[in-house]
Amino acid sequence: MVRQISVFLENKSGRLAEITRIIGEAGVNIRALSVADTSDFGVLRFIASDTDKALEALKAAGVTATATRVIAAEAPDRPGGLASLLQVLSGNGVNVEYLYAFFHKSGQNAVVILRVEDKEKTLDIFEKNGIKVLTPEEVYTV
Amino acid sequence: MSHIIWNKRYETMPEKRKAELQLEKLKRMVRRIYDKVPFYKKAMDEAGVKPRDIHKLSDINKLPFTTKDDLAANYPFGMFASPMKDIVRIHSSSGTTGKPKVGAYTKEDIRLWAELMARTFTCAGVTRKDVIQNAYGYGLFTGGLGAHYGAERIGATVIPISGGNTKRQILVMQDFGSTVLCSTPSYALHLFEAAEEAGVDIRQLDLRVGVFGAEMWSEKMREQIESKTGITAIDIYGLTELIGPGVASECLEKNHLHIFDDHFIPEVIDPETLEPLPPGEKGELVFTNVSRKAFPILRYRTRDITALHPEPCPCGRTHVRMERVTGRSDDMLIVRGVNVYPSQIESVIMGIQGVEPHYQIVVDRQKSMDTLEIWLEVSEQLFSDEIRELEKLEARIRQELESVLLIGTKIKLVEPKTIQRSEGKAVRIVDKRNI
Repeated sequence: MVRQISVFLENKSGRLAEITRIIGEAGVNIRALSVADTSDFGVLRFIASDTDKALEALKAAGVTATATRVIAAEAPDRPGGLASLLQVLSGNGVNVEYLYAFFHKSGQNAVVILRVEDKEKTLDIFEKNGIKVLTPEEVYTV
Repeated sequence: MSHIIWNKRYETMPEKRKAELQLEKLKRMVRRIYDKVPFYKKAMDEAGVKPRDIHKLSDINKLPFTTKDDLAANYPFGMFASPMKDIVRIHSSSGTTGKPKVGAYTKEDIRLWAELMARTFTCAGVTRKDVIQNAYGYGLFTGGLGAHYGAERIGATVIPISGGNTKRQILVMQDFGSTVLCSTPSYALHLFEAAEEAGVDIRQLDLRVGVFGAEMWSEKMREQIESKTGITAIDIYGLTELIGPGVASECLEKNHLHIFDDHFIPEVIDPETLEPLPPGEKGELVFTNVSRKAFPILRYRTRDITALHPEPCPCGRTHVRMERVTGRSDDMLIVRGVNVYPSQIESVIMGIQGVEPHYQIVVDRQKSMDTLEIWLEVSEQLFSDEIRELEKLEARIRQELESVLLIGTKIKLVEPKTIQRSEGKAVRIVDKRNI
């Protein structure tokens, strides 16, 4: 499964710039990211080209950062592509905690990063429905 | 549990004998300060009490109180009862709240202080075989030299490292094999956290006892320190105005602090009516120092909130015990008319799994309405990458606080190291209303 890094962020100016600077200076590339926020704080979630290196750099800078296992699945890059993927999940009673997506450089497909409650069950469902799940290497090096 | 006692004669003195000793010393002390300190003569004259009016111990109620303001008005040397030629040392508090408080010592006073700190270390189970890393600040602050003299008195090995320089503290702890750490509890926690970050496991070292004082801390903080490090953490009590550390100490029973009451006569009063309260009831702690020559003090209002317990301790000491100080009658916050003790907030915060006690209480006034904010640093153990979980955490702390404080609060989750770390005393409270 793909490892995503999650970072606790206070809502104050310059924080995101500072965090991305730390990651950049560690020589790590950000493959995909999303920010969820409330009025006081936010959570930055991203996929790094080198998870351990990014985590190490963030922790050394005193940032609260953890790794979470998420699923990366392909969705066809056409109208209704994401909807069909989500329908498969809801039809099987799987709840999505959150998701975000990005484009695959080479292919025709979008990559969807998903955090679900039951990962094993989700992987099973994807397999049965012919939805391609990317390996960590495929995601880190897109 | 085996208890060792430094001075059996005085520490296990039967109650009746001790009362006689206290009365005798009180009479002598009152006569002396009436003669030697103009402030006390005036205060006693105004209260209509003369030294000859003290016949029994309870007559102490007739004597006037001494307050922080009195000390400030007589700053720096007005309260000294010995001439400068007999004074061998002067210490002073940091003076964060107004004028610094100055205390003087004769040679005899220094000897007494060493004796009291020897009792304190022995209470904590420390012996001459121990290696004491003394991380209390050396200098004007009483902590460093007070602990130093006591440690030498019992014949232990002292490392006079003083406060701060956490990296070196950890190095010395490893290389010199320190078995005892003396510091403020918040600095100890900071040090243990830094050791953990540096990959040093305190449990693998020789450290076995912490002698912690000079600031308020909670039972939960003790549990956290002990479970993190495997050491025994002992609470000690003292203040510059009385002598420094060495006024009271827990023994290994860790059930209240033994007041060395052959030298310090304790009372607990209602801070509003100033009437004495019966044993077991919480109020403001008042001390009369009947032994110190250069700086005796009469019924000093400490502002510390505690209760006294006269019943004997299984350790064999007959000293009256005081509860761990849980608040101060003067840094009690009044928020929207409600009394808030910072210690209540700390208990709730320390009760939340995974939270290191890095928090700050921020009181402000917006549109003539008081606000109470608790800033909490989000450690890795606390963090969830789901917003919902973080909001749940906020709500849980808020509800627990509200049920204890009976007042609405706002919890603000902040990034690590947002709140200033303390090398000495922790700044837990920021009251912006005074500005």
